[in-house]
Amino acid sequence: MSNDAGIIIVGAGECGARAALSLRETGYPHAITLIGDEAHLPYERPPLSKQMLLAEATPQAPTVLNDIMLGERAIRHIGSASASAIDATGKQVILSDGRELAYDRLLLTTGAAPRRLPNVRANARILYLRTINDALALRPWISADMHVAVLGGGFIGLEVAASARNRGARVTVIESQERILKRGVPEQIAETISSLHRRNGVEVKCGLTVSEIDADDRRVSISLADGTEVTADVLVVGIGAQPRTELAAQAGIAVDNGISVNERLETSVADIYAAGDCCSFPHPLYGGRRLRLEAWRNAQDQGILAAANLAGAARGYDAVPYFWSDQFDHTLQIAGLVDEGRTVVRRDLGDGAFILFHLDDGQRLVAASGVGYGNRVARDMKLSEMLIARQVVPPLDALAADANLKSLLPRAA
Amino acid sequence: MTTWIDACAAEEIDQEDVVRFDHAGRTFAIYRSPDDEYFATDGLCTHEKIHLAEGLVMDDTIECPKHNGRFSYKTGEARGAPVCVGLKTYPVKLEGDRVMIGIGA
Repeated sequence: MSNDAGIIIVGAGECGARAALSLRETGYPHAITLIGDEAHLPYERPPLSKQMLLAEATPQAPTVLNDIMLGERAIRHIGSASASAIDATGKQVILSDGRELAYDRLLLTTGAAPRRLPNVRANARILYLRTINDALALRPWISADMHVAVLGGGFIGLEVAASARNRGARVTVIESQERILKRGVPEQIAETISSLHRRNGVEVKCGLTVSEIDADDRRVSISLADGTEVTADVLVVGIGAQPRTELAAQAGIAVDNGISVNERLETSVADIYAAGDCCSFPHPLYGGRRLRLEAWRNAQDQGILAAANLAGAARGYDAVPYFWSDQFDHTLQIAGLVDEGRTVVRRDLGDGAFILFHLDDGQRLVAASGVGYGNRVARDMKLSEMLIARQVVPPLDALAADANLKSLLPRAA
Repeated sequence: MTTWIDACAAEEIDQEDVVRFDHAGRTFAIYRSPDDEYFATDGLCTHEKIHLAEGLVMDDTIECPKHNGRFSYKTGEARGAPVCVGLKTYPVKLEGDRVMIGIGA
């Protein structure tokens, strides 16, 4: 069997770029082609809602792969290109310009796309945030003389709100649920974040659905279900993301809330793998529960694991889901799955920082969530992540008190 | 020429832990290993300039509190994504109960 056609990676975000890098680090000798629909070289997305918006001068997002790295590692990057079809039998990817590229193995890292507002006409004052171009388009709108409306009190919306407020803009966040961060974040943590925003002058309006959005070349007007109206210079929409599965589905690959993969990140079609935001996978720590994660760390880790498996390993993915968000001078971190917990133990770390430990019916630690100034919760969150990975059943008093979490960790002698 | 700077008392650092030390506009991280040896590196992660002293020390590794980049604090070697540039290390010696770090002139 010849491997000469090499590996094609469709999607040049964090996950695809990490996979390409990792393939070379592990000594993969054949061709690697990385196809991305953006013109830019692969870059990190987390700064787009933070440093990219906060910087005075037009900033650059940190690149994951630059020209020198691509050259040294003989990774072929094809930018501004989209894959229009996969011929799984002939083992080819067909690009929208008609080019046909042969592969030995294929990795799909197509990511996710922002969920769009239905029935709202495109307008320069209605913006979404996913790409570097989106961030650059948003920058001019977040200054002291602007009123920024944010639709959606999730992470993207709240990070944009914090950045815009830091730049002096007037900011209104509109959330249809009764509180912000309803998905996957405990109420105590959401309350801390909510009061942080209010303290910094963000207007947070919850429990209000939108009845109409009307934009022209002077303003955006958002009519709410309670009859009130928010009129702003710009509307940033952060109402979730959807996995980009069209290419996979069209090739006959199984899709189940994302491109469906097994624990080794293999799709239902031979020699085709998927990783990152676009895929759903069974998690062994949670009884094989199928998850789809939209998180930087998951993209990175699955990219690295997919690379190993593409090159011949057969390892399963078992990393603890992990997420962080920076808003104003606070950081929130979540490890594990909060909704797997039945009881909660709280540990206070001073200056308002705290961690919640989430335990299942058998008192096993299944998640931890923390919030606080700066990196105050980071160390205990890291240890919590390790305790979750090792499926530790910790003594409750040790969690609540000031004991060193390190002492709860089973360690090799 | 190496200049030795008094950084902290030896017992100020717990076993298998790290503290931050600022000196002359620079910031350092000083470590005590599980077997009671002391080490020093630059204080900021090479990825996004986060203070490493808020990170977690496990064995001979320091993990950045922000994006989980890992380094050997003994050699400065970068140990995996997202960090690819190593940390600068500095010589350390104990004088009595004081930890001294050596920085270039």
